[in-house]
Formats: sequence, structure tokens, C-alpha cells
Amino acid sequence: MFETITTRANHLVDPHLHVWAWQIPLYLFLGGWVAGLLILFGLKLRRGARPARDSVTYPLPWIGLGLLSLGMLALFLDLEHKLHALRLYVSFEPSSPMSWGAWILLIVYPVLVLGALLDPPGALTRRFPWLTRAARSIRWTPDRLRLLGLVAIACGILLGVYTGVLLSSLGARPFWSSGLLAPLFLVSGLSAGAAFAHLIARRSDEQRQMVLLDTRLLAVELALLLLLVLGLVGGGAVQKEAAALVLRGPLTAIFWVLVVGVGVVLPLVVQLLAIRGRVHHQPVAPLLVLGGGLALRFVIVWAGQASHWLHG
Amino acid sequence: MARFGMAIDTRRCVGCMDCVAACKTENDVPEGFNRDWITQELRGRFPTLSLEIRSERCNHCDDAPCVSCCPTGASHVHPFGQVVLVDHEACIGCKACVASCPYGARFIHPEGYADKCTFCIHRVREGQDPACVAVCPTHCMHFGDLDDPNSEISALLASRAHHAVLPEAGTRPRIFYLT
Repeated sequence: MFETITTRANHLVDPHLHVWAWQIPLYLFLGGWVAGLLILFGLKLRRGARPARDSVTYPLPWIGLGLLSLGMLALFLDLEHKLHALRLYVSFEPSSPMSWGAWILLIVYPVLVLGALLDPPGALTRRFPWLTRAARSIRWTPDRLRLLGLVAIACGILLGVYTGVLLSSLGARPFWSSGLLAPLFLVSGLSAGAAFAHLIARRSDEQRQMVLLDTRLLAVELALLLLLVLGLVGGGAVQKEAAALVLRGPLTAIFWVLVVGVGVVLPLVVQLLAIRGRVHHQPVAPLLVLGGGLALRFVIVWAGQASHWLHG
Repeated sequence: MARFGMAIDTRRCVGCMDCVAACKTENDVPEGFNRDWITQELRGRFPTLSLEIRSERCNHCDDAPCVSCCPTGASHVHPFGQVVLVDHEACIGCKACVASCPYGARFIHPEGYADKCTFCIHRVREGQDPACVAVCPTHCMHFGDLDDPNSEISALLASRAHHAVLPEAGTRPRIFYLT
């Protein structure tokens, strides 16, 4: 017999940690999605795509700006001391992934703005003529565009990796104590970016390119998800308890059905069939990928908070 | 430089919760929250059972994850006794420190900042013991400098068997339970 009784009943901490509700999973999902869009945008620029001539490249920075702002709003809503939010930018704490994230977000914004200004819409240039000159100076030389592409890729990788490291650095939560979270969130974000690009692509060759990319990313994501669970199962007692949350606990159904089944395996199968010409390209697969990516962040954040070092 | 810690005699602690009440009064801890609490751990099989009663609080860990994860530096190690404290004005209430603590010792104060045990640093500066130690009716709690070999706490830890809670979490806690 081993029984622990405590008199503590602190709000958001007991009976198990639940400090982060919907805001942080949404923020992590949107951050990962923007990371994916940035990397795709950078890759397209590096390969010589020009926004005005490419239906995928053109809207990515604009959508990225909107999604990132939404994510920042979710993050802001989660803060308990909102009036002090700017303290994030008063100092840089090298040991804190959240501090890194705050500064990465500050770098990502201007990169997205530069990307968006490559070919500003007519409505904006008519109102602000200087935007045309700004756009011209950005796309002055192919080298300058390739450099912007490289910076966008670097920022995207940093942002995507940070969303995973933010959780995996919190060693008190055994479910998060895995170095696989960073590549998992990065690949999932890239997959969301490719799925979104598939949705907005107008030309069939663009669609096919995005489907091929997303199919590979989904395969990698599936492998990372399985490795994450296997790593926990093969760990010590607290890691095994954490794995039980998605193997025979309250999050089992949502993890295997929504995240793995509907969010990864189903779109993977649909897209493989589309690649082989058995079915037409459908928006259903990318929509499932986006929904699965969101569900993944919710399950990981919930499972991490439910896992702990104390037995019982 | 001093490095404050606590040794709590589990053979003397009766779980009366005087330490909890004293902390709430001394530090004006809001209703529904606790900076310290009582844990009872029952082990064995009837009739050979063993019961350990512990007065628990922030462990002021030597390798405090709440300090390293804080994005603003609000959670910090104070030079006075290397006590882990929170600067309320610098805290943004992101809750990373609450999630990073394996002991669940932190909570979000209704005013929005992260809160926890301070070892009653305001009392210790004036040469007094923390409130929980001062009121304990069984004198089971001992506070002092772990780096001073002549301190009472160092002598107790040198002479009595003791353990920390969750040493496997790797944070090097500074609250020890004498057994």
C-alpha cells in the first residue's frame, strides 16, 4: 500500500496541473503553422519563385502575419499579469526558451512584412505610393531575394523548433521530457504550411508539388509520433505513467483517433491515392491535416500537464 | 555566502498545520491558496504500516527550473541566503515556472503574479526564523545555513538519516526530512 494525502488544493495546480487551457495549444499550433509558411516561402524564393507570378508564394507572408498576430493574441490572453507583458522585451534570459521565443517572434514579424511587401496589393500602393519604391528595393537583385529566402527559412526553423523546446524544457512534466517534441512540432508545422499552400494553390502543378511535400512530411510526422510514445514506454516509471495517458488513459481516444488517425494517417492515405491518380485532389486532406495539427497541440499540452513526477 | 535550507523532523511532526496557518497569516496568502501544506504518506501492509507526515513548501532548489525557465528574470536566486524569490513587478504570469516545478510549489496569486514560499526572507533578515518554524509546537522544523558546518541544520543533517522529496527530479532541493 502506498497512499499520499495532501492538504494542498491550489487553483490551477491541484489535483493536477492545468495552468494552460486553450490559449497555449492554439498559440503553439499557429506558431508552428507560421513556421511552416515561412519555410515554404523561403524555399520558393530560393528556387526563383516571384510572388507576382506564383499563386502560392504571394499570399504566404500575408497569411503568416494574420496567423502570427492571432497566435500572439492567444498568448497575451493566457498571461495572468497582462499589463506587464512588455517585460518580455526588457531583458533576454538565455536559459529560458520562452524568452528566446519572444525575441524570435520579434524577428519573424519584420521578415514576414518584408515578404509581404515584395508585391504589395494595388489598394495599398495607391494609398501609400512609397510601398512601390520599398518593394522595388527589396526585389532589386535576385541575390537580395535569395537572402530574404534564406532568412525566412532560418526564422521558420527557429520558430518551429522553439514551439517544441518550450514544452520539452519543462522537465517536471515527464510527457514533455523528450527531444522529439521539437522536430515533431517543426514537421507538423511544415505539414500545416504545405497543406494550406495546397488549399490555396490555383495551378495543378503547384497543388501536386504541395501534395508530394505534405505526404512526405506526414510520413515523418507519423514516425515521430510513434517514436515519442515508444520513448516514453521505454523510460522509467514516471515516463511509463505519462505514456499511459495516451495508451490506456483519458487522452487515448483523442490521441489515436483525432491526432494519429484523422490528422495524419487518413490525409496520408488520401494524398497517396491522389498522387497515384486514384482520386482527384480534394481539399479534405489538407483540412484534416490542419485539424490534426491543432488536435496534436491540445493533446500534447493536456498530457504534459497531467503527467508528473509524484506517484499516485 | 549563506545557503539557507530546512531540516524537518518527521518523527516529531504531527501534521497540526500550525505552520500552514502561520504562513498564511504572516504572508497574507489569499484564501484558497497555500505556500506550505501537509503531506501524509502511508506505506506498507496492515498491520505493519508506516506513516510519514511532512510539512512541505518550495524547496528553494540549487538547480531551480523555475528560475531557468522564467522569460523575464522575475524568478531569481536572491544573494541573501540563495533564496528563490519572485519579483512581482517583473512577473508576466506566463505560468512556465508553475509548470516547471516538480513539487507543485508555485501558484498564480489572484493579482496575477507567480507566488510561493520565500523562507520569510523579511523575518530572516531581522534575525528571526521563518513564521512556520517559529510557531511549530513540536519544534520539528530547523532553519539555517547549509554551508555553515557549525549551524544546527548542518549538525542535524550530519548526524541523522534524512531524505529529500523527489531527488530524482534533479533539482537539488534544500528541504530535508529527518527520519
